[in-house]
Amino acid sequence: MNYLKQFLIILSISFIGEILKAVLPLPVPASIYGMAILFVCLLTGALRLEQVRGAGKFLIEVMPVMFIPAGVGLMASWDILQPMLVPVAVITVVVLVAVMAVSGRVSQAIIRHGKGKKHE
Amino acid sequence: MNEFMQTSLFAGAAISLLAYMLGAWLKKRFHSGIFNPLLISIVVTIVILLTMKVDYDTYNAGAKYLSWFLTPATVCLAIPLYEQLALLKKYPVAVAAGIVSGVLTSLVMVLVLALLFGLDQREFVTFLPKSITTAIGMSVSEELGGHVNITVLVIVVTGVLGNILAEPVFKLFRIQEPIAKGLALGSSAHAIGTAKAMELGEIEGAMSSLSIAVAGILTVVGASIFSWIYSVL
Repeated sequence: MNYLKQFLIILSISFIGEILKAVLPLPVPASIYGMAILFVCLLTGALRLEQVRGAGKFLIEVMPVMFIPAGVGLMASWDILQPMLVPVAVITVVVLVAVMAVSGRVSQAIIRHGKGKKHE
Repeated sequence: MNEFMQTSLFAGAAISLLAYMLGAWLKKRFHSGIFNPLLISIVVTIVILLTMKVDYDTYNAGAKYLSWFLTPATVCLAIPLYEQLALLKKYPVAVAAGIVSGVLTSLVMVLVLALLFGLDQREFVTFLPKSITTAIGMSVSEELGGHVNITVLVIVVTGVLGNILAEPVFKLFRIQEPIAKGLALGSSAHAIGTAKAMELGEIEGAMSSLSIAVAGILTVVGASIFSWIYSVL
């Protein structure tokens, strides 16, 4: 019963997200509106963590399974993918390494700058 | 068999779950980032469908219900974000700069490479959300009119490679601070990278899981701007 109540809260927030998506003229998915609403509810104390945590953690844990149908859809869009294979491979690897290096170096520079200041 | 599969609502979902369990077992057995359960389950399911000569629409008639949970599950990403909030408050500048620079690098690099390869608008937006978590990335691609299946492939492969390449990349670019490692993994390789960050340490893991939601939200905004830029170029 407890899980059911948590799931009801999560579904209701998802529903409000859908309404916002329908009303607001922005290219923002319903799930992002919902995520923002839940976050604000937790911040303001309108919802306590225990009221969504159990069902929420379960949904996050099994989330990869929800992507299987979309991934399997590749067999239907092979004709589109095949001519794109080279860009797909290059973009996937190059962007990954670039993002990892930039994000890591930038944050490390700031952390070390802060540490240096403290020693002065 | 195909005739029966066409009336079965549960065959597709059952095959998917079975394939996922096999992937999870392989990962546990060999302890390697290459054995990603999602990647394995996609490949195994495709192989099973091809051998049994079941087409995608038939499979998806039942399997699509697995995706039904995606919106509520994505909403729940607010929970780990809320739990990691203390960290964000403790290192506001480093966290913000690390994630923002990561998101911008991703969008700019995709733009540059797309121009280089001469991709059309639809192909370009397919790659835009490549660095963020599948749940958000899939919706971004769908919203902007990309090839959603290819987006999912690119996102998952990015995560798996990020998991494998993290340590060599950190060594090459001399990234040694635990906070920086966590932010780099979370903003470049989302949830699959976070699994690696958690192996590296507690701070790395927490920083990485914080980055998933923040980078995701920033990319929702950034991707629509970059999509517009590409359309006028």
